[in-house]
Amino acid sequence: MIANTHPQLLVHDKADNVGVVVVEGLSAGTDMLCVCTEDNSDFRLTAKADIPIGHKVALADLKAGDTVIKYGEDIGRMVGSAELGGHVHTHNMKTKRW
Amino acid sequence: MAFDFSQDTVKAWRRENGRVGVRNHVLILPVDDISNAACEAVANNVKGTMAIPHAYGRLQFGEDLDLHFRTIIGTGANPNVAAVVVIGIEPEWTKVIVDGIAKTGKPVEGFWIEQNGDFETIRRASWKAKEYVQWASELQKEDCPVTDLWVSTKCGESDTTTGLSSCPTVGNMYDKLLPHGLYGVFGETSEITGAEHICEKRAANPEAAAKFRKTWQAYQDDVIEQFKTSDLSDSQPTKGNILGGLSTIEEKALGNLEKIGRTSTYIDVLGPAEAPEKGPGLYFMDSSSAAAECVTLMAAGGYVIHTFPTGQGNVVGNPIVPVIKISGNPRTLRTMSEHIDVDVTGVLRRDMTIDQAGDSLIEMIKRTANGRLTAAEALGHREFSMTKLYRSA
Repeated sequence: MIANTHPQLLVHDKADNVGVVVVEGLSAGTDMLCVCTEDNSDFRLTAKADIPIGHKVALADLKAGDTVIKYGEDIGRMVGSAELGGHVHTHNMKTKRW
Repeated sequence: MAFDFSQDTVKAWRRENGRVGVRNHVLILPVDDISNAACEAVANNVKGTMAIPHAYGRLQFGEDLDLHFRTIIGTGANPNVAAVVVIGIEPEWTKVIVDGIAKTGKPVEGFWIEQNGDFETIRRASWKAKEYVQWASELQKEDCPVTDLWVSTKCGESDTTTGLSSCPTVGNMYDKLLPHGLYGVFGETSEITGAEHICEKRAANPEAAAKFRKTWQAYQDDVIEQFKTSDLSDSQPTKGNILGGLSTIEEKALGNLEKIGRTSTYIDVLGPAEAPEKGPGLYFMDSSSAAAECVTLMAAGGYVIHTFPTGQGNVVGNPIVPVIKISGNPRTLRTMSEHIDVDVTGVLRRDMTIDQAGDSLIEMIKRTANGRLTAAEALGHREFSMTKLYRSA
């Protein structure tokens, strides 16, 4: 547990390549405290865009065709690109089913 | 040492069939849509009773009619209901409902409108309703084990915060209470899509796993393939889910499944509105992911308290079952806190653990069983939505 400091980004699993913004009003350039809920480990990452609460942030440079991993599971594929710290959502990723 | 939940009690009503109810409703229950007006008139005459108007009940047939009967009978049979006045347009189907509810041993009587008219039906039914509500008002609560409760779950207006906080809170509650004899149920067949392989593995036995796979596949074949547009993504995830940051059905399904915790496994798969028959434990119910439909089906299955994680802020309630809302989204707590019963935003701030969040939910289940009105009850949310399988004749 990180004493007296609240994270801006939570990650479910060590294998994930996206995390979730958990604060309102996150702006581009914010030096985010990121916590992996699996083991409470933490790291820092700079947000590359204004990203709404609940939306995902790339934890690596992602390009079209890459599999997006969250909960340690495949949640879809990139159909566009997102740089490290960039916004990942329906504009650049999609389910593999349809 | 972990708290021994098997010794924990609440004050609730022990019904004629031994089940525990946490509310003491006297219902005025229409068999069909055209009996709604008479039921509402009776409920207006006799204070403390409640009519449950709905949209169907005429010219249904086959499996769809079976589901209609099961839903209406299950609603009347629910232990949160003390007694029932049933009103239908004609005597035959009215009797089907009355006989079904009577199996519980609770007081129930049927009235029909043909050859009586609304006035005479309302007059007779009002006398019976008054007798029932005065009788029910003197029924005393007694100490009942928490684990005698049947607790259902379904999430709504999910976002990425539900998978991080409110859904695992429900899962933690189930992991703690199911081993002591609680009945649980989860469902949402369409919403498991994307994590169906993981859900299948959470079955307690090969029969339950096979039944789940068959149920899920039937939904894909009979509903999705038949009616799909270009992409299920137009509806799943919903527009609200997408605003909340969920991008795909897989991501939504994985968050949804957090509701069954780390160790819980389901022992059987129920059809919509079916009551569990294999003893205490967790069940999967074939059900829609639409909030009101799903909660209505689970209430008809006999569940007496519903736990409802929400991210973006679903406001659903139910006429007979208290719906406890749990949210970890700080924006939702800021903008619509009147709807939330359990605040788990601390999980996202990392100053509350899932274990603590689970304890706070168990505490709220006990308070709700003891009589605390949920936000949905206080705000008058009584959504009762029948699931319809196909067009009427």
